[in-house]
Amino acid sequence: MPEQLAFTIEVFLNGLMAGVLYALVALGFVLIYKASGIFNYAQGVMALFAAMTLVGIQNGQVPFSHLINAIFGTEIHHFGWHVHSVLAIAFTVVVMIILAWAVQRFVFRHLVGQEPIILFMATIGLAYFLEGVADLMWGSEIKALDVCMSEGNCLPQGMNGWIDQTTFDVFGYGFFIDNLDIVASIVAALLVAGLVMFAQYTKQGRAMRAVADDHQAALSVGVSLNFIWILVWSLAGFVALVAGIMWGAKSGVQFSLSLIALKALPVLMLGGFTSIPGAIVGGLIIGVGEKLFEFLIGAPFLGGATENWFAYMLALLFLVFRPQGLFGEKIIERV
Amino acid sequence: MKDQADSYVTDDGRTIGPVVMEMKNITLRFGGVEAIKDISFDIREGEIRAIIGPNGAGKSSMLNVISGFYVPQEGEVWYKGAKRPPMKPFQVAQQGIARTFQNIALFEGMSVLDNVMTGRLTHMESGLLGQSIWKGKAEAEEIANREVAEKIIDFLEIQAIRKTPVARLPYGLKKRVELARALAAEPTILLLDEPMAGMNVEEKEDMSRFVLDVNDEFGTTIALIEHDMGVVMDLSDRVVVMDYGRKIGDGTPDEVRNNQEVIDAYLGVAHD
Repeated sequence: MPEQLAFTIEVFLNGLMAGVLYALVALGFVLIYKASGIFNYAQGVMALFAAMTLVGIQNGQVPFSHLINAIFGTEIHHFGWHVHSVLAIAFTVVVMIILAWAVQRFVFRHLVGQEPIILFMATIGLAYFLEGVADLMWGSEIKALDVCMSEGNCLPQGMNGWIDQTTFDVFGYGFFIDNLDIVASIVAALLVAGLVMFAQYTKQGRAMRAVADDHQAALSVGVSLNFIWILVWSLAGFVALVAGIMWGAKSGVQFSLSLIALKALPVLMLGGFTSIPGAIVGGLIIGVGEKLFEFLIGAPFLGGATENWFAYMLALLFLVFRPQGLFGEKIIERV
Repeated sequence: MKDQADSYVTDDGRTIGPVVMEMKNITLRFGGVEAIKDISFDIREGEIRAIIGPNGAGKSSMLNVISGFYVPQEGEVWYKGAKRPPMKPFQVAQQGIARTFQNIALFEGMSVLDNVMTGRLTHMESGLLGQSIWKGKAEAEEIANREVAEKIIDFLEIQAIRKTPVARLPYGLKKRVELARALAAEPTILLLDEPMAGMNVEEKEDMSRFVLDVNDEFGTTIALIEHDMGVVMDLSDRVVVMDYGRKIGDGTPDEVRNNQEVIDAYLGVAHD
């Protein structure tokens, strides 16, 4: 196999993996937008918050320790135990559900029926608030996220070593994929399958779609709006956690994580704000597109660093030629 | 006047049961405006009960009180022999009171069938996991619910548009789909807010037939609001007449027709 082609394929596959992560973040946006028409700017921060909480719980960190120490003059930082990954993830899920409830109870419950721009502004406020809380709770230093890798009894026998290898030589052709990326793809696929099944086949899923479509009608068939909104924010929190784990495992848990929300914007432009499959396909297109563009055109001809703007460029083109995105609901105006 | 607990048989041979819902001295205010002033009336099982009145009489407000969208400042709602505590609309729906809206509130993005299936939401009880993987109790439940939905779709003659997204349907059909969704809940009381508003004569005749058939076939208690006097008089067993938030008449269509106050409200009267 010629070297150039092998490289291209490797770049392509790496792009797919990056795309999976973009798609995961975009998915959180789509969930909330579908059910409540809120564009949740805080989705990226939620991923950061979830990842920090997970690491904090795992390491037995005392939440708000800086604050506590400053007020009481104590010197506590750690409980001195290590929580098993699976248990820590379960705790984090609980935290995200509480967060969902609080967001609904203290912010959006008071903004029902407001203009979309007001709801959007509220999510910007929420993003900054949450970032501050995350900082106060767990500290601002970069932390390594280690899920299941140093614990022997977490994954099936042999899996640990396999992920630790970090790269995977595909069929001996001499190109490499991060094993972590493969795991991420599988997890993402399972998550999407689960969400689609939930939305299509369950009572709550049906109620969710009903609420997204018409509040009044949903009430009249016995759906509690409040419950559905908390459910949706919890789901978005869960998706944020998964995204946070993946990004955190790849590049450490740090505050720049919240900026991945910006990368999800072009993904949404491509996939459409209301489509779960759209978020996935959009994420993959952006991931592959920016890597391939950088490799084939950007680096040789444009002096590189095209990855930073390629996604936005693509989104702009889509806005001009197909504003509803690839899978979005077609905009038809009856006159 | 018949006793609340008694049943009686109408001229056309239908049995009207005891009182299932009673409104006692309901008063509803919006700021300084009294939309409903001290109104009491009851709804009996199996009857078609109409609420009529000129524009702005407070008919829709009354329906919204029954369905929980508005909470009255004064008065009590009694349902199935018990006083109903203040409730959210979705809780009222779960108690078996389904409704349609004057301006149609359908799930525009869903197909007709999906819309009707949402009417079955209150009848779904199996677990989340079972529903996701379509096994066990959930499967049987979904099939049963689907059967009910299909039966109602057949009944209202909208088989041909089962899979059509609601947004594409003409107004008259949307009204019928909304009725189908409300019926799918197999409600104890069905509330219809101006089911014939904005329809032509033919559509009105169709809708009237469906209302009568629903009442006849399923024995559903129906409370409806309507502008068209002719339609109301033909359809209903008993009529409440409202004007400026007050009740000015209550009784059979014939009694109401001959009520001087009602005639004045509809035709206008010179005050001197």
